[in-house]
Amino acid sequence: MQFKVLFNMENSKQHLEALSGIKDLMEKSTKFISLSGLSGVIAGITALVGAFLADLRIEHYLNNTYTKTRLEMYLSENLMEKLALELFVIAISVLIISITFGILLTMRESKKNGQHIWGKNSKLLLLNLIVPLIAGGIFCLILMYHGLFYLLAPATLLFYGLALFNCGKYTLGEIKYLGVLEIILGLLSAVFIGKGLLFWAIGFGVLHIIYGGLMHFKYNNKPQNA
Amino acid sequence: MIEGLNKIFESRVRLGIMSVLMVNDEIDFNSLKELLNVTDGNLASHIAGLEKNEYIKVMKEFVGKKPKTSFAATALGKKAFQDHLTALENLLNQHN
Repeated sequence: MQFKVLFNMENSKQHLEALSGIKDLMEKSTKFISLSGLSGVIAGITALVGAFLADLRIEHYLNNTYTKTRLEMYLSENLMEKLALELFVIAISVLIISITFGILLTMRESKKNGQHIWGKNSKLLLLNLIVPLIAGGIFCLILMYHGLFYLLAPATLLFYGLALFNCGKYTLGEIKYLGVLEIILGLLSAVFIGKGLLFWAIGFGVLHIIYGGLMHFKYNNKPQNA
Repeated sequence: MIEGLNKIFESRVRLGIMSVLMVNDEIDFNSLKELLNVTDGNLASHIAGLEKNEYIKVMKEFVGKKPKTSFAATALGKKAFQDHLTALENLLNQHN
């Protein structure tokens, strides 16, 4: 009697292992699961540093442009161009640092998972990520062309959120929630014009750190299945 | 068959091959080998077993000058896998 119960327990442990093995293989063969959570944390920190620097520069230039005379008005226009250039440099630096770390850490992760970094699944993921992002990028350039700078933060957040949401099928599904949060932030920042940098810091900084951290602890502490 | 479980899926490799083919329309030999972490010979023998039972079909084509072999699950194979899964789940529900 006791022996039979033990036998059954042993059996159901085997069945459970078989089922979880099936699930793992199905996921691994259709999704690129090696996006590194740590790279999200690094991207978030970089974005926060970038937002802080941008804020400092904006403050610096604003203090310089409380000017009255015509000559000074003319000078301040030049200053605005300088500010725009500085902000652009900060933004590009943030982007380059984030992407570099993202690629490096994801390469490490995919080696660990035995997944090709440039395989069918990562290509699908990239394609689904990049189409909304390119559309968003061009849209932002058009906004700048029209001088609608106050719509840049909402537009970047919205398109980024849509891109992430779109990727849910091709990587860990949790990325959808991050996408939805970015979309909500984007819409809110379109309502609260003038707080763009703050929303930008929350969306690209804080959310990345929280999401990356959660994913890192959820998936990296999991014992590796043989 | 014991308790509805399919003998053919007793092997971890054969179960793995079918799991992958349930969610991918087709897959080539090398990708399958890497996913399952098995040797060429091991994979080939299990593939042959599944093919003999008509659970999978084997497709050979040339990419440039290289031959490429890919596999897809047949309707029969999908049904058998589904039944096996149901049996596994039933057994677990009974015991818990």
